[in-house]
This record gives sequence, C-alpha cells and structure tokens, in this order.
Amino acid sequence: MGKLHTDREYENELKKLRERLLRMAGRVEEMIADSVRSLVEQDVALARRTIEADHQVDRAEVEVDELCLVILAKRQPMASDLRFITLSLKMVTDLERIGDLAVNICERAIDLDQEAPLKPWVDVPRMANIVQAMVRDAIDAFVAGDAERAQSVVERDASLDELYTRVFRELLSTMLHDGSKVERGIHAQSVAKWLERMGDHATNLAEQVVFMVKGKDIRHLTTLEGSSPAASPAPSAAPAKGA
Amino acid sequence: MAAPQNEVAVAPHKFAVRALSAWFGDKRVLHDIHLNIAAHEATAVIGPSGCGKSTFIRCLNRMHELVASARIEGKIRLDGEDVYDGRIDPVLLRRRVGMVFQKPNPFPSMSVRENVLAGLRLTRSLPEEGGDEIVERALSRAALWDEVKDRLEDPGVGLSVGQQQRLCIARALAVNPDVLLMDEPCSALDPIATAKIEDLIHSLKQSYTIVIVTHSMQQAARVSDRTAFFLSGNLIEFSATDRIFTSPRDSRTEDYITGKFG
Repeated sequence: MGKLHTDREYENELKKLRERLLRMAGRVEEMIADSVRSLVEQDVALARRTIEADHQVDRAEVEVDELCLVILAKRQPMASDLRFITLSLKMVTDLERIGDLAVNICERAIDLDQEAPLKPWVDVPRMANIVQAMVRDAIDAFVAGDAERAQSVVERDASLDELYTRVFRELLSTMLHDGSKVERGIHAQSVAKWLERMGDHATNLAEQVVFMVKGKDIRHLTTLEGSSPAASPAPSAAPAKGA
Repeated sequence: MAAPQNEVAVAPHKFAVRALSAWFGDKRVLHDIHLNIAAHEATAVIGPSGCGKSTFIRCLNRMHELVASARIEGKIRLDGEDVYDGRIDPVLLRRRVGMVFQKPNPFPSMSVRENVLAGLRLTRSLPEEGGDEIVERALSRAALWDEVKDRLEDPGVGLSVGQQQRLCIARALAVNPDVLLMDEPCSALDPIATAKIEDLIHSLKQSYTIVIVTHSMQQAARVSDRTAFFLSGNLIEFSATDRIFTSPRDSRTEDYITGKFG
C-alpha cells in the first residue's frame, strides 16, 4: 500500500476516511476503560461523561457512512480500495455497538452507585483490559495493514470467553448461596456479558482487517468449511511455460 | 504433429493461445502470452495504452499481419485448429472471428440494410433469397431492429453514433461468427449508448464468445466473466473478473486498477 493514487483528491478522501475511523476507534477504546472504571470506582460523574461521549461516536458513525457512500459513488473503488471502503462501513457498526455496550455498563454503574459491590471487582476489569487491547490491536493492525496482528486478536477472544464463563459460574454460586445477592449478581453478570459481547465485535473488526489485507474471508471458517469447494472458480490461465 | 503437454485437453476453450509473441518490425509488443479463452463467456482485456491489448486481439483473427512489418510467433488455436496454419483462409477466419472497432465505421455510401449485408457480399456468400431475413435477424440480435426497421434504406451514417456502433455489431453478426472481438467499442459513445452495448454483450454471450478490450475498468467489471491484465506486452494476471476487481493477486494489477499508476 506504499504507492499513492495518481488522483491526489482521491488519496485525500481515503486519508480522511482512515483518520475519521481511527478517531472513532480511539474514542470507543476510551469508553471501554472509562465505563468499567466508573463501575469499579463508583464514579457516577465519569459514567455520565462517558454516556455523553457516546453521542460523538454515533455522529462519527454517520459521518463515516456518508464519506464511504460519497467515495463509492464518485470513485467506484476497486480491489484493496474497495475492500477498505466496505470494511469501513462494517467497522463503524461494530465500533458503534461497542460504544453502546459501554453505555450499558455506565448505566449500571449509575444504578449500583449506592450499593456495596458483591466482592471486589477482579475479573471484570481484567476482561475490560483484554477487550480494550483487542480493539486497539485490531485498529493498529488496520492502520499497519498487519494481518498477523489482526489474527492474534481473533485468537484472544477465546481467553475472554473463558474469563466470562468463570465470572458467570462464580456469580451463580454466590447467588445460589445468598438470595439477597441475586439482584447485584445479575447486574454484575450483565456487565461481564457485555464485555464478552464487545470481544465478539472486536473479533469482527479483526477478521475484517484480515480480509482487507489478504482479500481472504476468514469469518465462519469452521461452519463453512466443506460446504463449498471454493469461493471463485479456478482461473483458466494457461499453465505457465515450464509448469 | 506432436503437441506439447499443456496443449492437450483444451476442448472447452474457444481460443488456446500458447507462447504468443508479436512484433512491429524490430519492436516486440507481446511477450510469450499463454491464455485460454472460454466459449460463451466475455473475456475483458485491460491495461494502459501501449500494453499490447489491441495487438493481442488482432492476433486472434490475424488482423495483426495486415500491418506491414508485423509478425508473430507462437500458436493460436481456435476450436483446436491452428489459426496460422497455411491452409487457413484469413478472410474466412475473420468471418468466424468478427471485430467491432472503437469508432463506428459503417460504410458511408451504403444504406442500413446494405451495411448489414456487406460482410456476406465481401465473402460472396449472400444467398439469392433470404437477405431480408438475415438483415432482420442480425439487427434484432444487435438490439437495433426496432429502432431502424422503418429506415432500412436510409444511409447507415445517418444513425446516431450509438446506433451506428450497433449497426457495426449487426454487420459482424450477419456473417454468423463464433467469436466477436470488440476493441473499445464504447469509447465514442455516451453513457446510455454504452449501457445498450453492455446489455447487448450479456445477451450475445449465449450465442457467441466475446473478447472485449476496454479502457474502462468499470466496464470490464460489469460485462466480463474473466479479465486479462496486460502490461508492457506481458500478461500479468488472468482471473475471474470478480476476483481481479476485488482481490487481484499481483501488485501490478492492484496498482493499475486502483489508479496508482504512473
């Protein structure tokens, strides 16, 4: 991707799109950290500020969508440019959903403001750290066009799922032993579930980056394998001489 | 004659091109091209000016050799038959492999009807009767019949440019070819006339094999099943069109189709 487009205006449009996406992703990353911090530190003001910040993310989604449509209409992009634009259209949706999930956590932080936590938050902040790193790495991989780094994000989702299962079991047993803890337990379980969902969105982001870089779709590989022989027909180029 | 290994089993291909090189005098314009063109498909040939794409299709019906000092090496087989075999009559070959050019070129002194029949007259194969039927069939296939059926005796050059191009397609179809070569057939046409030709290409594929040279990547993406990218006389990449325009394999193809060229 080192070469520049002959048409510099086109180059600028793509650059602008990339910058908007990065800014949006950066904002979402902060929201993940702030939402969990507002919960752990029972910081209602931070929770409210974070909810407010979600409006910026929503606006960014609309802006990126519009920019993509204009570029599609004006430039009829091809190959890696085309993959970049379609990727951008999908990435904003995942980023926006992560922002919404962070808002959910903030709302819970506001609800739980006066309540003593069931126990010190340990695994939930850990989950938040993993998700945040996954989003950051997916975006870094996107900027660098680094399929390997994106692939590592996909692989990390399993550890997040594992952590979620652990949190879920632990909360379940706490609630089973003490009925007075059920309400707080359910809230805590929701928070863990939302972080797990964020991980799924981060995985989507990373899979899309792999597609952008390699032009190869790695989504649903296990479910699709064996059902179709190949995505495109074998090329009919004659065998190269000496082949 | 013993055929090299990779020339066998090319039956489904209309054209099998092997080790094709072409020259104008000392200047080599094609380098060792290997390519199969499938029957009843549209194959697009793209690449920057001077890449050899027009020369390539002109080799397919031996129009390249009409230029003094032009020559080729290598093999081109049409349905398994060597196009450059000494026993092949180039005029009859060009009947089987018709051509439509960049600028519509109806014969200026001829009516619409005479233009359609011109190819048959040239090869002295116009039947005594049935000319009307041939004219109607060719013009219908070229999606022009409804627009000109009441003006068959008017001069061909009196039609709009887009109609003239379809008239030239009808002229090529009248001799009942197998293959239609199109050398930038829409570059002189407005978007509506272009859409008509592109629509026509989709329907012509049922009966003919189409090879189209185009400067418009979008056009290649729209009309063709496979796309060949030429650069400096070399075939860089030949793949399914959907693949070339979404995920080309070669970075030179990528640079060209995304506009990062020169």
